[in-house]
Amino acid sequence: MFAFTYHRPSSVRKAAALAASVADGKLLAGGHTLIPTLKQRLAAPGDVIDLGGIPDLAGIELRGRTLSIGAMTRHAEVAASPVVKEAVPALAYLAGLIGDPAVRNRGTIGGSIANNDPSADYPAACLGLGATIITSQRRIEADDFFTGLFETALEPGEIITRIAFPAVKKAAYVKFANPASRYAMVGVFAAKRTADIRVAVTGASQSGVFRWTEAEEALKKRFAGRSLDGLSLPADDMISDLHGSGEYRAHLVGVIAQRAVEAAAG
Amino acid sequence: MPIVTMTVNGRPVSADVDPRTLLVQFLRENLMLTGTHVGCDTSQCGACTVHLDGHAVKACTVLALQAEGGAVVTIEGLGAPGLLHPMQEAFREHHGLQCGFCTPGMIMAAIDIVNRHGNELAEHTVREELEGNICRCTGYHNIVRAITEGARAMAAPVLNRAAE
Amino acid sequence: MTVTRIGEAVRRKEDHRFITGKGQYTDDIFRPRQTHAYFLRSPHAHARIRRLDTAEAAAMPGVVGILTGKDLAEDKIGDLICGWMIHDIHGQPMKMGSHPALAKEKVRYVGDHVAVVIAERLDQARDAAEAIEVDYEVLPAVADLATATDATAALVHDEIAGNLAFEWHLGHKAMTDHAFERAHHVTRLDIVNNRLVPNPMEPRAAIGEYDSGNDSFTLWTTSQNPHVARLVLSAFVGIAPEHKLRVIAPDVGGGFGSKIFIYAEETVCAWASKRVGRPVKWTSDRSEAFLSDAHGRDHITTAELALDERGKITALRVKTRANMGAYLSTFASSIPTYLYATLLSGQYDIPAIHAAVEAVYTTTAPVDAYRGAGRPEATFVVERLAEAAAREIGMDPADFRKKNFIRKFPHQTPVIMTYDIGNYRASLDKAMEIADVKGFNRRRRQSAREGKLRGLGYSCYIEACGIAPSQAVGSLGAGVGLWESAEVRVNPTGNVEVLTGSHSHGQGHETTFAQLVSDRLGIPIEQVTVVHGDTDKVQFGMGTYGSRSGAVGMSAIVKALDKVEAKAKKIASHLLEAAEADIEFKDGKFSVAGTDRSIDFASVALNAYVAHKFPTSEIEPGLKEGAFYDPVNFTFPAGTHICELEIDPATGRTTICNWTAVDDFGVVINPMIVEGQVHGGIAQGVGQALLEGAAYDRDGQLVTGSFMDYAMPRADDLPSFKMGFTETKCPSNPLGIKGCGEAGAIAAPAAVMNAITDALGTEAVPMPATPQTVWKIARTRAAPRAAE
Repeated sequence: MFAFTYHRPSSVRKAAALAASVADGKLLAGGHTLIPTLKQRLAAPGDVIDLGGIPDLAGIELRGRTLSIGAMTRHAEVAASPVVKEAVPALAYLAGLIGDPAVRNRGTIGGSIANNDPSADYPAACLGLGATIITSQRRIEADDFFTGLFETALEPGEIITRIAFPAVKKAAYVKFANPASRYAMVGVFAAKRTADIRVAVTGASQSGVFRWTEAEEALKKRFAGRSLDGLSLPADDMISDLHGSGEYRAHLVGVIAQRAVEAAAG
Repeated sequence: MPIVTMTVNGRPVSADVDPRTLLVQFLRENLMLTGTHVGCDTSQCGACTVHLDGHAVKACTVLALQAEGGAVVTIEGLGAPGLLHPMQEAFREHHGLQCGFCTPGMIMAAIDIVNRHGNELAEHTVREELEGNICRCTGYHNIVRAITEGARAMAAPVLNRAAE
Repeated sequence: MTVTRIGEAVRRKEDHRFITGKGQYTDDIFRPRQTHAYFLRSPHAHARIRRLDTAEAAAMPGVVGILTGKDLAEDKIGDLICGWMIHDIHGQPMKMGSHPALAKEKVRYVGDHVAVVIAERLDQARDAAEAIEVDYEVLPAVADLATATDATAALVHDEIAGNLAFEWHLGHKAMTDHAFERAHHVTRLDIVNNRLVPNPMEPRAAIGEYDSGNDSFTLWTTSQNPHVARLVLSAFVGIAPEHKLRVIAPDVGGGFGSKIFIYAEETVCAWASKRVGRPVKWTSDRSEAFLSDAHGRDHITTAELALDERGKITALRVKTRANMGAYLSTFASSIPTYLYATLLSGQYDIPAIHAAVEAVYTTTAPVDAYRGAGRPEATFVVERLAEAAAREIGMDPADFRKKNFIRKFPHQTPVIMTYDIGNYRASLDKAMEIADVKGFNRRRRQSAREGKLRGLGYSCYIEACGIAPSQAVGSLGAGVGLWESAEVRVNPTGNVEVLTGSHSHGQGHETTFAQLVSDRLGIPIEQVTVVHGDTDKVQFGMGTYGSRSGAVGMSAIVKALDKVEAKAKKIASHLLEAAEADIEFKDGKFSVAGTDRSIDFASVALNAYVAHKFPTSEIEPGLKEGAFYDPVNFTFPAGTHICELEIDPATGRTTICNWTAVDDFGVVINPMIVEGQVHGGIAQGVGQALLEGAAYDRDGQLVTGSFMDYAMPRADDLPSFKMGFTETKCPSNPLGIKGCGEAGAIAAPAAVMNAITDALGTEAVPMPATPQTVWKIARTRAAPRAAE
């Protein structure tokens, strides 16, 4: 690591002010992306602002049909939460697939979506459920939030405070893990909330998480795995690496999407 | 340099640290608790697993300063003088270790599995829950057995264990 | 407290320190005033160093010193060596490229050592390393083994034409070719044995410390063979004379071969400690380990099996190209030659064999022994051929093997080895029973109903362990003897310290060796301590590799125990006032034959040191004996592993459903430990078959440089294993031991790939059979062998 100054503000307001006042600050949530990056000397922030001392950022609550999860809520908490299991069981299931148990005890939902790693799991849930990302400044619909590989709609210094999910029972996440890293090589979140059908895909695309609109259209006729027969994605848009070519990933998206829809239709 | 304060294995500790100091470095280099090991640099292998506020974490991916005010338990903090923790005993009894390097992390992860899943563990549960702990020696066969049996032993009252 | 017998699954003595966090690995050692070393490594696969400027870096905070190849030369520090001389087909010595611990003119792989920065803190050393200016003239990489000898390829070592270290043959070419001409059927396979990274969980580490008062060095290092390290560092590298260099290998967290070798980093830490006048510590991080630990395997092979009309094997012909990497590592040259081609007869009676091997330089990390070392490659060739041949001629693969098994022992193969004993049929039969091969077709149909492809594969492996008589290996080019030493020190109170030249880094020697002593001397195992890993304590030893510690290391202990017993009998005869010939030793007691007069072992031990009751003119006081044991032959562990797996053709994911291992290791000292060794070996072999593969891109950059991209087997990749033993006692050593450390890694890859090819209905499946690879093949197979 390169040297940095460490801050641990006690409120979102203070954190945002700090972030605005330093030249090259980095927000530290669970740290499971930032710390490895620092260790490899791939980032050299002058200031690290730890959000771990802000009580407002934690907690899970259900208000009416809206599940609200604080940005600093750990994956393990979401996975184990009776509230989440009741309101959006697929979300609890997804959280239980992220990384490994020790990673889930540190990693946070806010950190994951702010980072928008193309093979992270949470962005698929946000997009697949039509979540709203609430920040220190505004509310952003998930459809507008994930703008590209490691890119989001967040402005410099803007801090995610909570994520609001609609309560959806008919939803499922299926993940095909990279054999080495265990990150999603393809992960598909499929959900049906009345007329709103969403199929969100992570791990596969060069532009990061995306909604597979052709699949969504096809599922409007009948919400069943078979409805996706014959649909395919262009391999050229997919990530191609040692573990899977674009062609393989495009194929996997089809298979995994069918499995996700079948699980959601249950 | 900032000061960090926490309890480690029940003992309050405090030190001036460079902010870059990882929890695992703090444990190993400041406190000389070298039972916690470093086996990789990508948060994959789990050799550095310790408990922070009752939960298993990878000490290579936590800054010491993030553990401010926390309670850390390392492999050295298990059991009591002259009395092994049942999970330690199970690893010995079932030959759940060979070179011993991944073992402290395995044992800390195993106890965390029991804390979350209870004392009766299915084999597939143990295997899935060990996703974040890599062993190169044992092929996991005996680690899985050790954890399954250690989980059962953890259900036994401590007094009985001491009497055994 | 009772005696522990050979054959008991006694729990390990060493475990207590490991499960309580009290193990002491090299990185756990903190020396007063220690400094930290950071190696500046080449970012290029191949480059000439035009200029190296360390001036700015040297002035940075905390920097204690920066050393380069120039400083090595100044101190007349020699190159790293390869200790096994191969003579090529023309009788010429192999071509060995210069291998300095710090680069001189050129760097030859990504990770090659350019300079070392020594600083108060590691971060400071890293900071300074980034400030070193290196002007590289980048040269073309030679990353592809298949084309590395082409005339257009760049030269890794300017003086070595065609990047060829040597071409070497074994066997009878004319006889083999003749058999192929007359063959009824020929089975041919193109095989790539994928490159692996050993990845013991403890990364390598070293601390060098120079004592100016005594002009001597101490090196703590992660070594499987500290005495060999000292010998090489003294006699060849020239760090210090042997008596001025102490090498300590404390607890070592796994080796699998990769910690046999004498590497640049350990060498530099020892040498630099005198240069900077302070202890120098280096601990590899995992990324460095990927770049600079010696890798394993990496062969390209064409193999052919000739059969007669009855399905009997008449000949085997093999052409192999082996990747050596950029430099010949410590034992690299022996791996694709004497540890590979000599095992190509497998368990089969093959009249004619010929192997042609090319050892080739590339701009990649050096390749050397990794668990099994040559023998997994040989078993893979033979067992893939056996399975494919059986399928081609329509014979059941088990029946084909039974038909071709060697049945009479000793058996002289056409490739040097004389197998002393075995019963291959017994292992196969037992494995088939445990694996319920009879029920396989039913299970296969069930899988097919669920849209899955199920396959079953055999691997009837053989290995040669213990390594061999020193004279024999000497005649084949080994630079060292392959005996082992032991010393048994009986203390006056009757407890025992055993000093061994073997080194335990997970194998459990502290238990099995103590078990042997307990059994033999009739004293509780708690009263035996095994000492190893320190050149100041153990006089000499050859270390641990090649599954040799039981067959050779324990045989040395037996020899020493024989001497202890003989001397103790002499003393007992005086104590019991009887003739020496009448003294019997059993269950820890010396007694006079035919009487009830006896004395226990501890009393004899005390009397040996008190020396009041025997004439010291005839018998020296004390009870301590040493022995060197040189094996009379290799040992030949063998057995059958059966893998049953299921493939999801939609994703290509393979799941291992059942694993059966039946091994003949001769006499087993501790079945719990032996089974554990097999488990670990299987996991590594399954890793090779399904998950692991080191890949370099065209520019020689390592693509699989961390656990993020190099897939290590995890708990949920594997099933529990079904284990069995058969036993033919090894006639070549006093305990009848064969060795067990590598069997799993040798057997497993072929078993997996035979099962996958069975499921997919094609022989052309490369390793690692990742989901993508399997999917690609599955989708082109219109009608794989599903339900029949």
